[in-house]
This record gives sequence, structure tokens and C-alpha cells, in this order.
Amino acid sequence: MAIDRRDFLKVAGLTTVIGLTGGGLELLRPGDLDASAPGHEPAAAPGAKQWGMLVDMSRKENWQACIEACHNLHNVPSIDDKKEEIKWIWQAPFQEVFPGSESAYMSDVMKARQFMVLCNHCAEPACVRVCPTKATFKRPEDGIVMMDMHRCIGCRFCMAGCPYGARSFNWREPRLDALTLKGGRKINLEYPTRERGVVEKCTFCAERVDEGKQPACVEATRNGGLVFGDLNDPHSEIRQLLRVKSTIRRKPEVGTNPSIFYVV
Amino acid sequence: MYNTGKVLTGLVLFVGFITYPFWGGEASPVPKLQKPEKEKQCIEPVAFMRAQHMQMLDDWRNDVVRQATRKYTAVDGKQHNMSLQNTCMKCHTSKKEFCDKCHTYAGVSPFCWTCHVPPKETT
Repeated sequence: MAIDRRDFLKVAGLTTVIGLTGGGLELLRPGDLDASAPGHEPAAAPGAKQWGMLVDMSRKENWQACIEACHNLHNVPSIDDKKEEIKWIWQAPFQEVFPGSESAYMSDVMKARQFMVLCNHCAEPACVRVCPTKATFKRPEDGIVMMDMHRCIGCRFCMAGCPYGARSFNWREPRLDALTLKGGRKINLEYPTRERGVVEKCTFCAERVDEGKQPACVEATRNGGLVFGDLNDPHSEIRQLLRVKSTIRRKPEVGTNPSIFYVV
Repeated sequence: MYNTGKVLTGLVLFVGFITYPFWGGEASPVPKLQKPEKEKQCIEPVAFMRAQHMQMLDDWRNDVVRQATRKYTAVDGKQHNMSLQNTCMKCHTSKKEFCDKCHTYAGVSPFCWTCHVPPKETT
């Protein structure tokens, strides 16, 4: 059967029209094909919590003790090399924590102060949005930005996505041997370590919060430097404090809506 | 056909060789696993655990990490904390004498222990 030029063009044109109006547009429409586009995160359950934290830097605290409590509990290795270090909670100077808010004539106290930083457990987490395997996800019942180490493929998109540098990649095996972590600390046998090639971060002590306990860093404070609570509950301690104290958050301009508030 | 004798003998030898594991000798003995001293009964019946523990651990990890459910209700109604390190390994105190023995026998190498920490081996 021969087909002439005129018939061929007719069929081709018709196919194009069908493709564009029917199936073609269907494919272009935002939907399930997007890995995790904005607005596709599961909606928070009604009555859901949003855990948050108030970091009151005006209080005298042994901040180092908070770091140690966390890192001992969660088997976070101590690696001196800045490029390979793993940190869940750490300290940084003002200009690193609140870039853009520093002034040329900052007080000496501010210049010297080391601020406590950890994962912000954002209401709109960029890391969750970019994770291709949904290894990082936001728990719908309490807003903790959680990691499923079983799913992490180590692509480090989340590290690029996180505006706060709250994520660390395991460049090397975090264990020295069966019982010791890199850096020489003993492994806590009640908690897993991570393996080479996955990203890790603070989980707001999900395992403790699920048992009704406070996160380890909060428990390590003595003078109320860290307050943990439900931001969605107007009667919670943290909300009462937020009502009376002036607080700032890290990089509010990036629109991730962080859940960590600072009294600087 | 050339060399019928040689070809047939070769074939018989070859078939015999590759099927040897099925007819020759005895199957290697089923490994004896170290049983917990304190507990008589695992959280589910032995037959179920033997056949399904891998599926169960898989479900547990999803429940704990993704659903934030940490309690498992066994068939007998008892509740257990869903944790490899803090539930399973508190009774089965030796990875070498329990997990590894059977996994080696079955020729499987699960990657639980690249992250999870086995209990301190006493031997």
C-alpha cells in the first residue's frame, strides 16, 4: 500500500494534535511523576505536633555537654578532618549561623559567642523535597525530619539542599572496630552506627521522643538553655516562652520555616 | 558421529560431576544454634521465626523508622520493643553463635551489621 505525501502529512499532523491535547499534556501535568515536588509531601495529620526547640544563648550552659550527650548516644564519630567530620549538633560563630544579620560593629560578646546549631526540623524541609528515594522524610504525626538509613543511597542531594549544613556524609566507615568509633569513643550498643556512603543528621532523638522523653541535648542542659516542645500547641512551654522572648531563626528568607528558635 | 565413546563418557562424567551435590555424600549437618539461657520461648513460635524472621525484621524497620510505631504485639498478646539490638540480641547474645552460624550454612549474607551493632562477643 502506497501512501502519498499529502496523506502522510495529514496523519502526522493529526497524531501531533492528539499527542499534545491528550496523552502528551497528561505527561506534562504535575502529578505522581514528580519525585517529590513542592506540595506533594503528605499533609500533616489533623492535630499533628510540630516539635521545635528554643535555644537560649543568654543562659549559661555547658554546651559542650549537650554535644557530647548527643554524639555519645547516637554513635557519632569524632573526625578532626573538617571535610569528613560528622556532626549532629555543633557550635558555630554568629556570622556562620545568621549570615546577613551580622553587623560591622557587633558587640564583643556576640563575636565571641559560639551558637548551638542542629537540624532545624523545618516545616518546609528542602532536604525532603530533593531526596530521590524518600529516605529523608517528614513524620506527619510530629514534624520530625527523619532519615531512613536503609534507603539512603548517598547521593548527597539533601546536603546540597539543606541551607543550614546540618547534614554530614560518611566518607569512611564510622567504626574503627566492632566496639570503637572513629576518634576512639566506645560504641553505644543500644543504638546503631551508620555505614560508609550514607548521609546522617540530628533526628530530634526520635527514639526518645517516641517514648515520651526529651531529646538528649535538652536533658543535658542545666539552666534551661534548650527548651523542647510542640509548636502547634499554644499552651506548651515553648510557645509560652516564644510569646515573651524575642527570638530569631536561621535564614528565614529561604522559606524552609525552621523549628529552632534562638535567643541571641 | 566421531569419537562417540569419548563424547558420551565425557558427557556422563560431566553430568555426574555437576549433580554430585544432589546424590553424593551426606548433606552437611544442620547447624546447632546457641539458645538463650534465660528465655524458653522466642517472641513468636520457633517455626514462624525460622521461616519469617527476615520478613519480620523488614516490617519492624519500616514500622519503627517510617511509621514511628515501636511496639510489636506478638500472637500471644505480649508486647515487645521492635529493635534488633535491644530486643533480639538481648536474648540471642552472640551473633557468631546464632545469626552467623545459620546464615553461613544457608549461604546468605544480610547486611544488618554494617550499621547495627552486634552484642559484645564473650568468646
